[in-house]
Amino acid sequence: MALIEVEHLFFRYSRSNHWILEDINLQISSGEFVLLLGTTGSGKTTLCRTFNGLIPHFHRGVYQGVVRVAGFEVDKTETPKLAKYIGYVFQNPENMLFSLNVEREIAFSLENLAYPKDTIIQRVDEVLSLLNIEHLRHKAPYELSGGEQQLVAIASVLALKPKIIIFDEPTANLDPLTADYVLRLIKRLNTVFGITIILVEHRLELVMPLASRVIVIDNGKIVMDGPPDEIINNQLFYAIGINVPKIASLFNILNKRYKLGLKPTLNIYSAANELEGVFNDRD
Amino acid sequence: MIEIENLWYVYESGFTALKGVSIRISNGEYLAIMGKNGAGKTTLAKHLNGLLKPTRGYVLIDGMDTRDYSVAQLSRKVGYVFQNPDRFLFAESVEKELMFTLKNLGFSESEIPSLITRTLNDLNLSQFRNRSPFSLSGGERRRVALAAILCANPDYIVLDEPTVGQDFYEKERLAALLERLNKKDRRAVIVISHDVEFVADHIPRTITMSDGLIVSDGPTNKVLTNQLIIERSNLKLPQISELFTLLHEKNSHIPRDIVNIEQALEAFNKLTSSRKR
Repeated sequence: MALIEVEHLFFRYSRSNHWILEDINLQISSGEFVLLLGTTGSGKTTLCRTFNGLIPHFHRGVYQGVVRVAGFEVDKTETPKLAKYIGYVFQNPENMLFSLNVEREIAFSLENLAYPKDTIIQRVDEVLSLLNIEHLRHKAPYELSGGEQQLVAIASVLALKPKIIIFDEPTANLDPLTADYVLRLIKRLNTVFGITIILVEHRLELVMPLASRVIVIDNGKIVMDGPPDEIINNQLFYAIGINVPKIASLFNILNKRYKLGLKPTLNIYSAANELEGVFNDRD
Repeated sequence: MIEIENLWYVYESGFTALKGVSIRISNGEYLAIMGKNGAGKTTLAKHLNGLLKPTRGYVLIDGMDTRDYSVAQLSRKVGYVFQNPDRFLFAESVEKELMFTLKNLGFSESEIPSLITRTLNDLNLSQFRNRSPFSLSGGERRRVALAAILCANPDYIVLDEPTVGQDFYEKERLAALLERLNKKDRRAVIVISHDVEFVADHIPRTITMSDGLIVSDGPTNKVLTNQLIIERSNLKLPQISELFTLLHEKNSHIPRDIVNIEQALEAFNKLTSSRKR
């Protein structure tokens, strides 16, 4: 059974007169690392919200079709129950963090779900150590850097041991090195802990090599769905107005102009090998 | 010209954000100030229109020492566009947003309407003149915030992290606008950013900072291809630079100081055509 199943999903917000999501059909299996792409307003964030129940429980609108997470129909399931299966990390962790200190912040979601005290203490210790942020335990959220805030936000989601975590542009406000660190951490959660990842992210050059599957949404519809290597070989990828990794883009232009037949790749070393060949051939 | 000389800044908390920064920015320049969060970029930028005053050293804007002028006086020279437009916008309509700036900066009633019309036209916002800024999309609100700065015709425009959360099309539109302001209107444009790809693609001069110090200041294709600078400034090589660093190691005829696709294609043309001859 797929972990997430979406069947003929249509959604529009209460005050909107067109579908934001239009006939979405999708299955995501346990252990996948899904990168969700699309331009602003394409419906990516809206789709993510249907997975954890923010839609239709919090954001109201017209909702048709079925979304199942771990077998539960999202619109008929209470959000606290879903929270055990699916976590959500936002773009601006400051909107999410509010407790006096990091320890309390992480404990909060567990307390909310009425876990016993011993479990809470243990889980907080575990996630702090797993993410190497024990030194932040007694700090207030406002004392943290952007990257540290994002790690704390991830920790508080992780404490619930979800099977799936949605990351909605988690690195938007981070500098490149910190962004790289957070994205690699997300990859580790996927490979080492088997957590299914759904990631919305603009830094494709960093993240496309990490994903196992890329889904592209345009105008509320899924227009592409496949492994990254397949996606970068599809011309639609270059036409849709997303931030194509520069190397793929360079190869695509060289192929068009000079009919070189280069194979687009996301790996910088094979890109260099291939391009060096072209430079040498012309010697 | 902007002259920053041995600028130090210590916050009330005792944190020293700038430790002796010296920079010269000529009229009509286009440059980026880069570095990781906390490097001192925003503190530096806030000195340019007098939002912050030097603890030590000085900042001259066309010879005006920022310590001797108010923010309102300096804002006629230097426009500062905040990172988050929502913290800046407040008026009930786009028009009133611009009017507020112009009245505050002492423009006369007679010139205000034409300045507003021109700026809204320039930024493709005319159709929103009477709309509330909060009914607009994120990208549009950003343009309104920019309009509210540009309407006063500042010679220097400072933008703090303008590409954060922007998608491909929005970034391209922003790049085209900044280029026009710089090339056609001859404004100096100063972009604070950690978006290496955007800087590599569009901005000719790059200053990098770390821990309140300037690490480097030079042409973007020299700065962003220098591994030492990149590491010290907590940045990453642009992807094209990474590729050409590898290519250069394999074949020293292939240049290393390439930061964007345009330069890559140029290098490819040059190498292949010289070999045909």
